[in-house]
Amino acid sequence: MNAAQRSRRRLTGMVRKESLQILRDPSSIAIAFVLPIVMLLLFGYGVSLDARDVRIGFVIESPDGDSAELRAAFDESEYFEALVFHAIQPAEQALRHHDIDGIVWLRSDFSHRLHAGLGATVGVIVNGVDANQARITEGYILGAWQTWLNHYAERRGLPEPFPIALEQRVWFNPAVRSRDFLVPGLVAVIMTLIGALLTALVVAREWERGTMEALLVTPIHIRELLLGKLIPYFVLGMGGMLLTVAMARWQFDVPLRGSFAVLLAASALFMLVALAMGLLISIVARNQFVAGQVAIIVTFLPAFILSGFIFDIHSMPWAIQQITWLIPARYFVSILQTVFLAGNVWSVILPNAAALALMGALLLALVRRKAGKRLE
Amino acid sequence: MSDTSSPAIRVRGVTRRFGGARPVQALDALTLDVQRGKVTGLIGPDGAGKTTLMRIAAGLLLPDSGEIRVLDTDMRENPLAAQSRLGYMPQRFGLYEDLTVQENLDLYADLQGVEPARRAGRYRELMHMTGLAPFTARLAGHLSGGMKQKLGLACTLVSSPQLLLLDEPTVGVDPVSRRELWAIVYRLVREQHMSVLLSTAYLDEAERCDDVILLHEGRLLGQQAPGAFSAPMRGRVWQVSADLGKRRLQQRLDLNPLVLDALTEGRHARVVSCDARTPPEKLVEGLPGARIQAVQPRFEDAFIARLQQQRPTPPAATFTAPRTGSKRDGAVIEVHELSRRFGDFVAVNRVSFEVRRGEIFGLLGANGAGKSTTFRMLCGLLPVSSGTVRVAGVDLRRAAARARGRIGYMAQRFSLYGNLSVRENLNFFASAYGLSGAIRRERIAAAMDDFELGPFEHSAALTLPLGYKQRLALAAALMHRPDILFLDEPTSGVDPLARREFWWHINALAEAGVTVLVTTHFMDEANYCDRLVIMADGEVLAEDSPENLRARFRQPGEEEASMEDAFIALIEQHQREKAA
Repeated sequence: MNAAQRSRRRLTGMVRKESLQILRDPSSIAIAFVLPIVMLLLFGYGVSLDARDVRIGFVIESPDGDSAELRAAFDESEYFEALVFHAIQPAEQALRHHDIDGIVWLRSDFSHRLHAGLGATVGVIVNGVDANQARITEGYILGAWQTWLNHYAERRGLPEPFPIALEQRVWFNPAVRSRDFLVPGLVAVIMTLIGALLTALVVAREWERGTMEALLVTPIHIRELLLGKLIPYFVLGMGGMLLTVAMARWQFDVPLRGSFAVLLAASALFMLVALAMGLLISIVARNQFVAGQVAIIVTFLPAFILSGFIFDIHSMPWAIQQITWLIPARYFVSILQTVFLAGNVWSVILPNAAALALMGALLLALVRRKAGKRLE
Repeated sequence: MSDTSSPAIRVRGVTRRFGGARPVQALDALTLDVQRGKVTGLIGPDGAGKTTLMRIAAGLLLPDSGEIRVLDTDMRENPLAAQSRLGYMPQRFGLYEDLTVQENLDLYADLQGVEPARRAGRYRELMHMTGLAPFTARLAGHLSGGMKQKLGLACTLVSSPQLLLLDEPTVGVDPVSRRELWAIVYRLVREQHMSVLLSTAYLDEAERCDDVILLHEGRLLGQQAPGAFSAPMRGRVWQVSADLGKRRLQQRLDLNPLVLDALTEGRHARVVSCDARTPPEKLVEGLPGARIQAVQPRFEDAFIARLQQQRPTPPAATFTAPRTGSKRDGAVIEVHELSRRFGDFVAVNRVSFEVRRGEIFGLLGANGAGKSTTFRMLCGLLPVSSGTVRVAGVDLRRAAARARGRIGYMAQRFSLYGNLSVRENLNFFASAYGLSGAIRRERIAAAMDDFELGPFEHSAALTLPLGYKQRLALAAALMHRPDILFLDEPTSGVDPLARREFWWHINALAEAGVTVLVTTHFMDEANYCDRLVIMADGEVLAEDSPENLRARFRQPGEEEASMEDAFIALIEQHQREKAA
């Protein structure tokens, strides 16, 4: 055998050994396939930014036709569930006890002022503990109020209160289903954890069991050793990735408007970055427990918070925004959301893919530098 | 081809320090050669630098300064060139437990670049040599300790290396497997002219080497044939017997200032005098019915003589007598038809024995013989499948907690808090046993005193010398004055000096009436036991005193067999019966 043959043989030997270990060790299969399913189901169904069935307390101080009509308008909407009170005090009490999320207060002179054209005021009180939920509720109430006013004016042949009606059009997600937007981001966040965890644990395991020492004394080159680890876990990680993408498409009904090939290529690129992060962690940590903890803290949490998948990056303070550039999941979230919801928009996909490629190259170079054939 | 007249390993002024909170000088300007075609033993107490030297030779560590050439290759410049011609077996054998025997071999053949055409023949040869041929499809994790060790060896040998580096290959392996390993090593040297560097903590193995390197605190104390080490000891080694119990005899000898070392061996004591000019009568002065005769010195005697410059004073039996629970002759531990099953696997099969009060009772066996499982059931750490265990008159199945209050337990790895000081550790264990007020103060003071821990009172446990760590662990286990002491492989991985010291304490405790149950794989330690059981495959093969066992398996013309020979004979007899 010449040197190249020997090198190829060493690499195939490593790949075969890793693959056998994967097949025999249920824990890596569980990380690659079970963990993403569980997380996707938990977060996919658990995290929703839509306000549905918001419980509204209707305070109607003097019931009449107008107030009943307004109440009916709210009641019909799928967003609201209306409860009627006849005074403000019990409604406030209910708000405090979280029995309702907001109050629409029609004072006793509501009809009178409305008919007299004096400008009928409606009091709106919203539970502001969850600011996000409060803003959404407020918007829905205003929208419903506006709609009713227009109907009211139309029916009575009055001039519309506003000359221009707002016509909303939502691009890429016409149904405004937050899930369509969340699930692709979730795929990116979950795969960050899976990719990093897979490689973080396996190299640390070799250190823990004392096999690394025996491996390092063989004529193996460090790049063969690293490739021998990367290749099988890349295949395994891509399996997990395809599974989550399939779940996004068919379990959560997220439309795929871009091409599958682009999705696959971007996923492969990202998987490489995640695996490299894991390798780096386990080369430094050398202990499965520490490597696992570090993988969660260093890859998963930042991906969750700073990737823009759930919290909008543009509304973060400047300094935090700069940090998000270091989070690989940020680029992948953009690519996935674009490919799923908008299509092959190259102006978004290419720069993000380039950023991922750069990060991957940097991380792998760092891994190569940190990994040596010596114990310290 | 490299020049065969040059040494296999050439070490010149190699120094290696390890940083961290406690910087350690592992190797200090070490200069030596390891000859080709020989078995060279690397011997030294704990922390001598054996593993560091081994790792530097394997190319896993770089020296801070100095030169290291392995098979004529500079390990700084081109470790890969040497690594393709050497085989290295680390302490835990470097096996993948979730791969089969065959898959492990394939992996190392791939990594070592063995030609596919040559593999079948090489595998056959190795499997034949190690006796693993029937087990090629078995997962490495399901092999016994001795078989793992042999598979580890086969994997390092797959490419027929010129140099074999074995780092403590025989630790934790039973005597039968150890003996087989040595046979393989010598065959390799004889048939393939291989060079072997082997580190070991067993001093009897030094005698099997062609050449011995004795290291101490990173420095070379000597390098020569084992016989050359022990030759100057001639006239200093004696066998003594007297009309005294063996423990009393050893204690009396230990207290004699002319005696450097005294060891119990069967019904005799083996004595090394401080000086060759000491007349033998002086060594046995005052012992009733003493008989003394000169015996052949061993490597171990030379080792002790070189390392034991300042001999710590052996402790007198000052231990406060524990509370008396039962009569002097009563059985303190009664085990009857004890079994433990894990699924279909019977780890312990109907084991019965009795331990009497004040006895040192040994539990011996190879890895997987069931001794650890038995031990854990006796301490109440593992539920019993069937049978009865009574400890201090209490049925463990009914009142494990009550029995535990009378038991002291010292685990293989001392359960001490490394970053707490000696006093803080003692304080903690005292409160863990519910001691308070005057009793607590008195017990801690007594522990400090009995084990001479005073000078280290405020040092962190982690920084203690090994012998003192052991003393502290023992002091902690005795804090509640138990009448029974359980020791689980207490001297595993501990060098001979610390082991001797430890047994002084155990002997003194037994003299004070504490019952001691101990597991060990050091056959020479079995000599300290009053009685012992030898286990294999979950069964008791023999329950007897070490003296009777040694007499039973003696060869014609021999007065008694060594404990190791007796053990091996018993295991072999058992295997023949099983095969029949």
